[in-house]
Amino acid sequence: MENKKREGSVIFSPYNRGEAIKKVVTISREDVLFEIRESKLKGRGGAGFPTATKWTLVSAAISDEKYVVCNADEGEPGTFKDRVLLLEYPELIFDGMVVAGYTIGAKKGIVYLRGEYEYMLKSLEDYLESMRKDNLLGKNICGKDGFDFDISIRLGSGAYVCGEETALIESLEGQRGEARNRPPYPVNTGYLGKPTTVNNVETFAAVSHIITKGGSWFAKFGTDKSTGAKLFSVSGDCEKPGVYELPWGTSINELLEIVGAKNTKAVQVGGASGICIPKNQFDRKLGYEDAPTGGSIIIFNESRNMLHVLKNFMEFFVEESCGQCTPCRIGNVKLLEGVEMIENSNFTFNYLNHLKELGKTMQVASKCGLGQSSPNAFLSIIENFKDEIFNNGGKNGK
Amino acid sequence: MLVFEKNNMTDEIEQLVNKYGKSRSSLLPILQDIQRKHKFIPDFAQQEVARLLDIHPVEVYSVITFYSFLNTKPKGRNIIRLCQTITCDLAGKENIAKAIERELGIKFGETTKDNKITLEYVNCLGMCDQGPALLVNERVYSKVTPEKAIQILNEIK
Ligand SMILES: Cc1cc2nc3c(=O)[nH]c(=O)nc-3n(C[C@H](O)[C@H](O)[C@H](O)COP(=O)(O)O)c2cc1C
Ligand code: SF4
Repeated sequence: MENKKREGSVIFSPYNRGEAIKKVVTISREDVLFEIRESKLKGRGGAGFPTATKWTLVSAAISDEKYVVCNADEGEPGTFKDRVLLLEYPELIFDGMVVAGYTIGAKKGIVYLRGEYEYMLKSLEDYLESMRKDNLLGKNICGKDGFDFDISIRLGSGAYVCGEETALIESLEGQRGEARNRPPYPVNTGYLGKPTTVNNVETFAAVSHIITKGGSWFAKFGTDKSTGAKLFSVSGDCEKPGVYELPWGTSINELLEIVGAKNTKAVQVGGASGICIPKNQFDRKLGYEDAPTGGSIIIFNESRNMLHVLKNFMEFFVEESCGQCTPCRIGNVKLLEGVEMIENSNFTFNYLNHLKELGKTMQVASKCGLGQSSPNAFLSIIENFKDEIFNNGGKNGK
Repeated sequence: MLVFEKNNMTDEIEQLVNKYGKSRSSLLPILQDIQRKHKFIPDFAQQEVARLLDIHPVEVYSVITFYSFLNTKPKGRNIIRLCQTITCDLAGKENIAKAIERELGIKFGETTKDNKITLEYVNCLGMCDQGPALLVNERVYSKVTPEKAIQILNEIK
């Protein structure tokens, strides 16, 4: 396990194993939902859906069985903060899942761990076992009569789209990981057709702190619409890549300073499915109001060829599209071909304009978030780096 | 497959079905265990899984072909996966790839003649802060250099 010396005032603030569970069994479900509503916590998996709303819907759903699912499929290029939480702070994640189980009335929790993280499986299983020994999992948890909850771990098998919550549920059910039509939403018709809350690893970690320290404490950090602090996975051209806890509202300039980035040309915010921000917009602030992200920050310095970057992203989407719907299956291939045409100086501007239209169509016509967001990189890189791409045939940088 | 091999496979799958339960949602864990042990999921195993879970064999095949870590054709005893996503790419994955290809005399996508090693590219391994990254079976290696990559190859049995 990596060293536990991380700095942060929210997620990495002190926490004692089991603390949130011991507290939660002494309060009512309504009080839990109240605290989370107070915190204004939004889901950390990227989409930013208010956690209190999701949990309220699942707790209101009438069913004899409900499920808590932890989305540990972390596959967005440039994201690795869930890896750090899973390796170094499992107590925050699992305690948060138990809190969720208590709140929505579920007896079972499932962690969907990406296949690439199989090396963590043993230590996580051992950790769950130790929780069972301490009555933090199992029957009548912490002496609370009738509160039974246990957690199991399921592995993925190398498919990025399985991070999408309905594809994840399909995968848990033993199907191909193809996204479902929504509605119905998992809050009503989730795993095995039962009401299910799917939340990101970091969302559960935030919940553990909110329960112990209070919703209003959490809401003090960050901005009005983006409360709390966020884990950012910073990689690319900088001296100190890694996971940073920063309050929402931090500007890109401030972040670049903290991580020791020099001669930065562009910052990709939100991974391959996010947007590429050029230098003249580095005063933009990270948060739901301006530049939202599940935490992926990739830094490119002056030496980098943005067309090469874009090509890498498009190759990723062509491979990872589940192929179920046409805009995404064919659209991504066409966008990649377009990038290759530019690379070979074998394109017309009219055709490129068609491709931009295609990108916009994909954003509205694709069935799931993968196809809806995959054109973002194409549109933002071609727009923001026109000069570099067209005047030099994309040949500057390496 | 020889008869005794078939019998062994059936026994093995029966045990897996007992372990995970006879339901459709057990399909992936069962396939993952077969894959881990045999490095692929033979036709016969697919049929047996289907029979024991009471689903059509084509359903099993369709699931296997969806996931990049499951396969229906044999691969090497060890699978080396090199991350090809952007940060590892910028960190020099190309040099690592070339060094490994030279050393083993095969290209990515191929398996060594002695069936020891299969080379594959993989998308983001979540090690972007420590690239280039390699996944050898289920173990990750970070900050790999061409030299270190060859050392890792040499340690593989
Ligand atoms: C293609 C795709 C991949 C996704 N991958 C992940 C992922 O790896 N982890 C994650 O938490 N959410 C991922 N999501 C978002 C989930 O669908 C879902 O919104 C999230 O798990 C909800 O949790 P939250 O409300 O706590 O953020 C992905 C979405 C899409 C469209
Ligand atoms: S948008 Fe892409 S990944 Fe999503 S359902 Fe359509 S083809 Fe599959």
